[in-house]
Amino acid sequence: MNPHPFWQLLICRVRETWRTPEAIFWVFIFPLVMIVALGLAFRSDRVETILVDVEQGALSESITASLQSDERFKVTVSPVGEAQRRLRVGKTELVIAASDVTGEYNYTFDPTRPGSLLARNSADDVLQTAAGRKNVVSTSDVEMDEAGSRYIDFLIPGLIGMGLMGGGLWGVGFAVTDMRIRQLLKRYMGTPMKRPHFLAAMMGSRLLFMIPETLFILFIAWLLFGVVSQGSYLLVGLIVIIASLQFGGIGLLVASRAKTVEAVSGLMNLVMVPMWIGSGIFFSPDRFPEIAQPVISLLPLTPVIRSLRMVMLEGAGLLAVAPSLLLIVVWGSLSFTIAIVTFRWD
Amino acid sequence: MPYAIECEGLKKTYPSSPPVEALRGIDLAVEQGECFGVLGPNGAGKTTTIEILEGLLPPTEGTARVLGKSWDSDAAAIREEIGLTLQETRLSEKLTVLETLTLFRSFYREGLSAEQAMDRVSLGEKADSRLKHLSGGQKQRVAVATALVGNPRLLFLDEPTTGLDPASRRELWGVISDFQATGGTVMLTTHYMDEAERLCDRVAIFDYGKILALDTPRNLIAGLAAEHFVEFSVAGDTLSESFGADLPGVTAVAKEGSVHSLSVEQVHIAIPALLDRIEADGLTLTSLSTRQATLEDVFVSLTGRHLEETAEVSA
Repeated sequence: MNPHPFWQLLICRVRETWRTPEAIFWVFIFPLVMIVALGLAFRSDRVETILVDVEQGALSESITASLQSDERFKVTVSPVGEAQRRLRVGKTELVIAASDVTGEYNYTFDPTRPGSLLARNSADDVLQTAAGRKNVVSTSDVEMDEAGSRYIDFLIPGLIGMGLMGGGLWGVGFAVTDMRIRQLLKRYMGTPMKRPHFLAAMMGSRLLFMIPETLFILFIAWLLFGVVSQGSYLLVGLIVIIASLQFGGIGLLVASRAKTVEAVSGLMNLVMVPMWIGSGIFFSPDRFPEIAQPVISLLPLTPVIRSLRMVMLEGAGLLAVAPSLLLIVVWGSLSFTIAIVTFRWD
Repeated sequence: MPYAIECEGLKKTYPSSPPVEALRGIDLAVEQGECFGVLGPNGAGKTTTIEILEGLLPPTEGTARVLGKSWDSDAAAIREEIGLTLQETRLSEKLTVLETLTLFRSFYREGLSAEQAMDRVSLGEKADSRLKHLSGGQKQRVAVATALVGNPRLLFLDEPTTGLDPASRRELWGVISDFQATGGTVMLTTHYMDEAERLCDRVAIFDYGKILALDTPRNLIAGLAAEHFVEFSVAGDTLSESFGADLPGVTAVAKEGSVHSLSVEQVHIAIPALLDRIEADGLTLTSLSTRQATLEDVFVSLTGRHLEETAEVSA
């Protein structure tokens, strides 16, 4: 019994990828490094350190003592010009100078730096309290750090989306261009092979690698940081499958006419960079200006990450993410269709 | 029985400024069971011709029929019945020989088994070797096996032995002869004249997109003014280029470096006359040899150029 050409093309593609050690590195080791590095960098249980410089003067010792009663502050006493210089180059967040005559505190800080603003307000708070300020309204703090609300919970769907995009574009686009350069596509055209079988196999092989890659990311995130999905894992799987096919289609489109590695690399970056920046891998795309929002929300990666976050962070159901899924399907079918029409085989 | 290959007035012009006329009117008819050689330097239009006949390239003008069918209406059916190798295909280095042939076999409705195809090219022992571990000659045999695995009636080979060592070339010649012996038709391009003489029933000599001559290798050589060459040199290299032109049976003279070359019809008349002349002139012979004319000489007589000189100029 002669095996079906689609399965043969798919199996051979999987074998080729599996026999490329670099590919395995990018699929499994790279996301692992990203999760660990970013997860540690933004872990929520660490004590925030606030760097403050106090200018030398009659009051510098008492200011230092007041600040150091709060363990968050790391205080350096510096000569007048030196403290300002350290602020400019970012070695400290805040410079406190006290007038020897009036005893007035003077704060120098950069309001555009969140850390700088935080340092100013925290230091002022501590110094005012030390000087005897009484709070008029009584308050209490609740710190939010349960699973599902930390940065790492926010980050994991972003990383899954990034992996899907990179895997689809590089895995399909680069491989196709390489085959064209090697004249293999032209060789296939000299056989009775059906073109859709080939293109479908290229996209299908991405799916076979994206599923274990995503499972691996989810497993590591759970193992190291206790990240769990609030919503259905089946729905997460569905989003991953549709998104894999979408990015496979975009990969085909990007590579549909490229004849050199340089050309396809340039196109890939052109397509991916806006999504890296705009689609909310590391921070919410809501932070971009209003005017950019319509464009950002239409980028192919945006609905992928948005729907993954809705399911994983908020426990959303199929109905809630349906509009995003629809957008992914439209992108996928559109790029696949255009790719088939424009595809160059020699 | 229809011709295996039949084409009329094939022209191919690539749009550029000025337009490049790769083919300027090619007519061919190849019988079934024939081994047909397309000969010529790089840029002569060999690859363009074979790729049009393979259905990979549309002609600008003219018609091509393969196994009695037209590429316009029966492309899918033709593809089931032909096998081909391109000039430069790099098959996947990470797949084994068996995997590669199984893949290609799956494209065809009927054909050999992957194992049979490997045996045809004597690579059975390498079934589980990845292509990156094979030599250049072995890789080329895998490429030919991918062409054979669909059990074609017609085989197209574009420069199948370019860049191979002599032993690998002879092995491939054996594969091609075996295919022809089972009734298959072969069309191959080459710029090796010895390959064409050895393998081909008929050859067409191409230059600048036209056929300069088309016949059996024997007839092409017989069509030369003389079928033999006497080559000699003398001590001191003192003779003019035209030395010996008036000797009996000599039809042409040439000199390359210090070697004089006489085209002669009958060696047994020309040589004694040459030796007498050299003795009479008080010269000392330092070398003397004779050789049969080859297709190379046919090409030189048709174009005034050597194949090797032009072969290096890329298309």
